[in-house]
Amino acid sequence: MIYLDLFLGFLKVGCLAFGGAYGAIPLIRDVVLSYGWLSDETLTYMIAISESTPGPIMVNLATYVGSSQAGFAGAVIATVAVVLPSFLIILLITALLKAALQNKYVQAILHGLKPCVIGIVLATGIYMVLRNCLSMKTSFSIDVRATIITVVLFTVIYSYKKFANKNLSPIMLIVISACLGTVVYGI
Amino acid sequence: MNILIDLFLTFAKIGLFTFGGGYAMISMIENYCVEQKKWITHDEMMNITVIAESTPGPIAINCATFVGYKQAGFIGSLVTTFGIVLPSFVVIYFISMFFDTFLELAIIANAFKGIKIAVGILILNAAVTMIKKMQKKFFPRAIMLCSFIVMMLINFFSWNFSSISLMLIAAAVNLTIFLLQRSLEQRGGAK
Repeated sequence: MIYLDLFLGFLKVGCLAFGGAYGAIPLIRDVVLSYGWLSDETLTYMIAISESTPGPIMVNLATYVGSSQAGFAGAVIATVAVVLPSFLIILLITALLKAALQNKYVQAILHGLKPCVIGIVLATGIYMVLRNCLSMKTSFSIDVRATIITVVLFTVIYSYKKFANKNLSPIMLIVISACLGTVVYGI
Repeated sequence: MNILIDLFLTFAKIGLFTFGGGYAMISMIENYCVEQKKWITHDEMMNITVIAESTPGPIAINCATFVGYKQAGFIGSLVTTFGIVLPSFVVIYFISMFFDTFLELAIIANAFKGIKIAVGILILNAAVTMIKKMQKKFFPRAIMLCSFIVMMLINFFSWNFSSISLMLIAAAVNLTIFLLQRSLEQRGGAK
């Protein structure tokens, strides 16, 4: 049943989403693609929209996936499921188990999870960048337009960091990439 | 004003006006809850940020639940969590109704082909930031490297193995290493 699948899928994401929104994105991709809820392409678009609209990125993604699969009820169920674990865990910690996080065994588990998340995020980032520039489906070829945009974006990020001495905000990067997309793919 | 209404309105405002996810929200929560409303102290805010980093889920939700509970118990935590989620829920729900029609416009479709590339770069950047902040020790690095390699294989060869199982394995491996080290130390201490 779709409601149960949405609930369990996003509950899994909510339980294991360590390391903020970017730590959760590989998990959400995993769940969404394995159920076939969205195509990889639509999901990537939604990540950009979640980044450019207010609110936590995981909550935004859950709402969208739920709504696209099962309307309003689906959106509510997926959103509740992704929020529920952190809500309950914080309640437990503040109300009862103030020292739970200092427990040695809990620490050992967390110290295993965190580097693993970093490895997963790194692999997902590299894969997504390469997948845009290279086409690997039937034969190996390079997508020239995507590669041009990728190179321009990296140049913009690093020159901004060098000259303005701060990081380019994600929303600015998305706006720049949208302009580049309209120009490069429009020609 | 009734504390529950005040909690709800404050967190709905934070939810509506913070772009860019969790970390941007923390500074807004600090601004409203510590400086303006004095619902929690600065130290408590620091503590909950640390806890939020060690617990799963959106960081903003963790903070909202904590502040709500401190002010008005369980009902308070429900109200704040609902308040922070509601604005983005409404916005995304409306977008989801129109998004497909919107994408049929050629100019929008092209813009999104560009945006798709930015998303990959954002994720890669996030990973680089995480690596810079990571403990520079052998075991964390080894776990990171192994999970990186396995995840690359999963992605490129469409392996039927989920990142969720990978995380559970990493947690189990680190717990085992910890238990082994401890039993070795105890044996060393007994001699």
